[in-house]
Amino acid sequence: MTSDAPRGVEAPPELVQLLTPEGERVEHPDYDIELTDEEVRSLYRDLVLVRRVDLEAVALQRQGELGIWASLLGQEAAQIGSGRALTDADMAFPTYREHGVAWCRDVDPVRLLGLFRGVNHGGWDPAEHNFHLYTIVIGSQTLHAVGYAMGMQRDGAEAATIVYFGDGATSQGDVNESFIWASVFNAPVVFFCQNNQWAISEPLEKQTRIPLYKRASGFGFPGVRVDGNDVFACLAVTRKALQNAREGQGPMLIEAFTYRMGAHTTSDDPTRYRVADELEAWKLKDPIERLKAYLFKNQIADQEFFDKIDAEADALGKDVRRRCLEMPDPEPEALFQHVYAAPHALLDEERDQYLTYLAGFER
Amino acid sequence: MTTLTLAKALNEGLRRSMEDDPKVLVMGEDVGRLGGVFRVTDGLHKDFGEDRVIDTPLAESGIIGTAIGLALRGYRPVCEIQFDGFVFPAADQIITQLAKMPLRSLGTLKLPVVVRIPCGGGIGAVEHHSESPEAYFTHTAGLRVVACSNPADGYSMIQEAIRSDDPIIFFEPKRRYWDKAEVDLAAPGLPLDRARIARPGADLTLLAYGPMVKTCLEAAAAAEEDGRDIEVVDLRSLNPLDMGVVAESVTRTGRCVVVHEAPVFTGFGGELAARITEQCFYHLESPVLRVGGFSTPYPPSRLEEYYLPDLDRVLDAVDRAFTY
Repeated sequence: MTSDAPRGVEAPPELVQLLTPEGERVEHPDYDIELTDEEVRSLYRDLVLVRRVDLEAVALQRQGELGIWASLLGQEAAQIGSGRALTDADMAFPTYREHGVAWCRDVDPVRLLGLFRGVNHGGWDPAEHNFHLYTIVIGSQTLHAVGYAMGMQRDGAEAATIVYFGDGATSQGDVNESFIWASVFNAPVVFFCQNNQWAISEPLEKQTRIPLYKRASGFGFPGVRVDGNDVFACLAVTRKALQNAREGQGPMLIEAFTYRMGAHTTSDDPTRYRVADELEAWKLKDPIERLKAYLFKNQIADQEFFDKIDAEADALGKDVRRRCLEMPDPEPEALFQHVYAAPHALLDEERDQYLTYLAGFER
Repeated sequence: MTTLTLAKALNEGLRRSMEDDPKVLVMGEDVGRLGGVFRVTDGLHKDFGEDRVIDTPLAESGIIGTAIGLALRGYRPVCEIQFDGFVFPAADQIITQLAKMPLRSLGTLKLPVVVRIPCGGGIGAVEHHSESPEAYFTHTAGLRVVACSNPADGYSMIQEAIRSDDPIIFFEPKRRYWDKAEVDLAAPGLPLDRARIARPGADLTLLAYGPMVKTCLEAAAAAEEDGRDIEVVDLRSLNPLDMGVVAESVTRTGRCVVVHEAPVFTGFGGELAARITEQCFYHLESPVLRVGGFSTPYPPSRLEEYYLPDLDRVLDAVDRAFTY
């Protein structure tokens, strides 16, 4: 493949797929799923709402209200499918792009914006949602997830951990160490790799010469490649992997084959490194359009339903915008808070001196 | 009172902590059946089992990263980094994750992780087995950094560290592991963030921690023959620094020499010298002097006696302090 050829456009044959890009339901011998019409409609709703939140966040960044935003555009099915596979007792460890998983874990979208607006480094309580804080260092969270899963093992919990990372992260030492640890300790953890084909400007072939899911076999656990734009397949495969982990069968690697339709972040310019044809080809596999086609074809939803979801999305977008703008800037004292759990004499002294200094300007 | 080596005192402290709290885990390379290369975890695997005393894969970042995950699940992991020079593969997890996650969570997460690091030279080891990396960690907000110097402190400080809800880098002077002293197993130790006057004196303050406390005590004893009454302060905690004890001592003596094995240049002694100058300026009879390693990598073992501060180099600095 030359460096200018579109990437990942041809679906690889080993892909687990339950819903084609045209919205046709297909069977798979190992993974199948029974969903009620209500469940399918609800999946569609999630996909549309998280895309809307994402678009609003991009707009907020363009208007200077966020410092930066990492868009999930194109990866909604991978995130909603896997996120909806989790039980309340399961634990998820995200990167910084898992806005869809956060949605599935009932994290208020405005909470996600705090980090990108610069009012904090992460503003939700992980224990309240069983959704850990965003991790910006690539791959670090994979080890945290394995450790957490080892804790679940020791607790005898009927639960599993899922950890998200991207194709670029698979080159990180921590990710490879986490594979080793999970394997050796048979930890109840699911590695969910969203292969969106690009690590900022570096295409997949800068990270690997074999399909990523095949890496798992070298570490001693199963790997599977799923159509990451197919919400049914992502849900089915993740559900099974989590169940296996909860039952003591150890870790599994899921490679969700998807595409980053937007820039890496709002600071990035993908026109410098990838061809426009590639995006056009992937638009034909859009995760929302294919589910919409399926809903239409099978008369599971009508235009009234779609209009209602669109209206809900618009209202959500407006609400997120309003509450983002209302987010107060932190007080200077916040500099010194939460660095340590217990009082720290040096820090207290620095805080007192600095606040006294600042107070001098108010006289 | 019981006579214990430093290694055994740490072992007893770990055992006591594990008995007191079932969430305390020990993890690291060779900490299980072998009991650690310095035997600090000796017998724990046999008595507490492999779920609580975990022989890990040979990957330091993995040790710290999974310890963070276990801590998030409510455990209190005590990690052993086998040698000081092996901590660097774990530096990313320590600096970007362990130190910063509590702030990232706005205080909802606590990470009670202890990272034990045998440190310092003097045992005739090969490269990477004799280093003093404390300044890398004292420079990292979110970590507490302590160093024990003797069996009694080893016993109490390790227990205090395990009880702490903050992550702690716990330095153990490996060449003192076999030093014996009386330890009162029932006595409450000093709080972890407090310095201790190891030897009172009136003429000059020697500031030290970890392996150099013993060297300074020997230097003070030798100086006594020259009629000099030297005080030795064992800092115990580097971050936070117990500046109250330090400033009180130097204000009283008027002279100060800082001693550590790590290179002097941008070493922890620089921070001490600056703070003492700020807080004790009008009481100083001489500048704060520093004795430590040179601006070189740690040398081959046949050269380490020239590299490591010893009694004579400490006394030389003491002499210089009295020439002002």
